[in-house]
Amino acid sequence: MAKIRGAIVVDTERCKGCELCMYNCPTQTIGMEHKVNSKGYHYAYMENPEACIGCTNCAVVCPDGVITVYKKKFEQ
Amino acid sequence: MDINEIIKEENLVYRKSAVLNDKVFNFCPGCGHGVVQKLIAEVVEEMNIESEVIGVGSVGCSVLVYEFMELDVVSAAHGRAAAVATGIKRVMPDKYVFSLQGDGDLAAIGTSESIHACNRGENITMIFINNGIYGMTGGQMAPTSLHGMKTATSPYGRNEAMGHPIRMSDVVAQLEGTYYVTRQAVHTPAMVRKAKKALRQAFENQKLNKGLSFVEFVTNCNSGWKLSPIKANQWLDQHMLPFYPLGDIKTEGVIVTKDK
Ligand SMILES: Cc1ncc(C[n+]2csc(CCOP(=O)(O)OP(=O)(O)O)c2C)c(N)n1
Ligand code: SF4
Ligand code: SF4
Ligand code: SF4
Repeated sequence: MAKIRGAIVVDTERCKGCELCMYNCPTQTIGMEHKVNSKGYHYAYMENPEACIGCTNCAVVCPDGVITVYKKKFEQ
Repeated sequence: MDINEIIKEENLVYRKSAVLNDKVFNFCPGCGHGVVQKLIAEVVEEMNIESEVIGVGSVGCSVLVYEFMELDVVSAAHGRAAAVATGIKRVMPDKYVFSLQGDGDLAAIGTSESIHACNRGENITMIFINNGIYGMTGGQMAPTSLHGMKTATSPYGRNEAMGHPIRMSDVVAQLEGTYYVTRQAVHTPAMVRKAKKALRQAFENQKLNKGLSFVEFVTNCNSGWKLSPIKANQWLDQHMLPFYPLGDIKTEGVIVTKDK
């Protein structure tokens, strides 16, 4: 059976910590980093990387174009 | 499994449009303006018309649009974007011309220019950001502010003495010059995807030369509303959308009648 796996890359310096990506992720992949970027914003990161399905919801809804999404099908 | 097996160019499914440069938007965290500017960039890139587009910015939080897009953009005086866009389109009818205006700009100081551009059926795309408030200047009441809405200039809530909120899209749909009028939102992934199709339609329409395309985006102004981005979007769902329902209002020059 094939399994879909996704991954996101967050441009941490662009992120403003609005949390809209986290709120709109259907798989609870995203969390907010305790550390802050140079502007003082807590930035998004993959808290549960195994959960990501590469649906792009987080990136589509992000107002600041912070997230890049990758998706791959693995044959098991 | 190694995450680097997934993060490879051949597996890419979403990346910020190349029409946007690397400067970080000036908007507050979570502001809908950013999503709309992302969509404009994506539509222009997908249509492959980067060198054929001329944008007209306005006064309001989107005033710096020329800073972020690798497109030709001019700035209009407050409220005059539709008039400036008219001039550009008439001199260069083969260009795709769009204006980008807030509700204070389009529906208050620029009501006249906006309505008459629509009425003349200028072959342009007007993009209207309705966040129910004057964001840039600190959250004063706009013509679009809802009844009861608390703003800096209506601290006890807008009441009838202050007039009624105006549904600009419904107003301009009544004018013969508009070809396509739609109201969209960008605070959920599904809404963003739908809004993008509408925006693309509004740009494609310029090829037809049949009149003006008007795209309203009901967005948050979380700073002006004094809510967190997530709470602002919930408030938008609960209060803005019932008064400003989403969907096409006029297609191919004909008002859409909704069966109830
Ligand atoms: C002639 C003139 N009058 C008033 C102003 C002050 N002013 C700047 S932006 C603005 C309203 C912006 O509100 P809106 O169009 O809703 O845009 P937003 O900032 O909410 O996106 C006003 C009144 C101005 N710059 N020029
Ligand atoms: S791509 Fe989808 S599943 Fe992965 S983090 Fe983004 S929203 Fe969540
Ligand atoms: S939506 Fe974008 S800006 Fe907001 S927290 Fe997520 S990555 Fe950062
Ligand atoms: S003031 Fe309001 S409209 Fe302006 S950037 Fe901030 S949230 Fe957006």
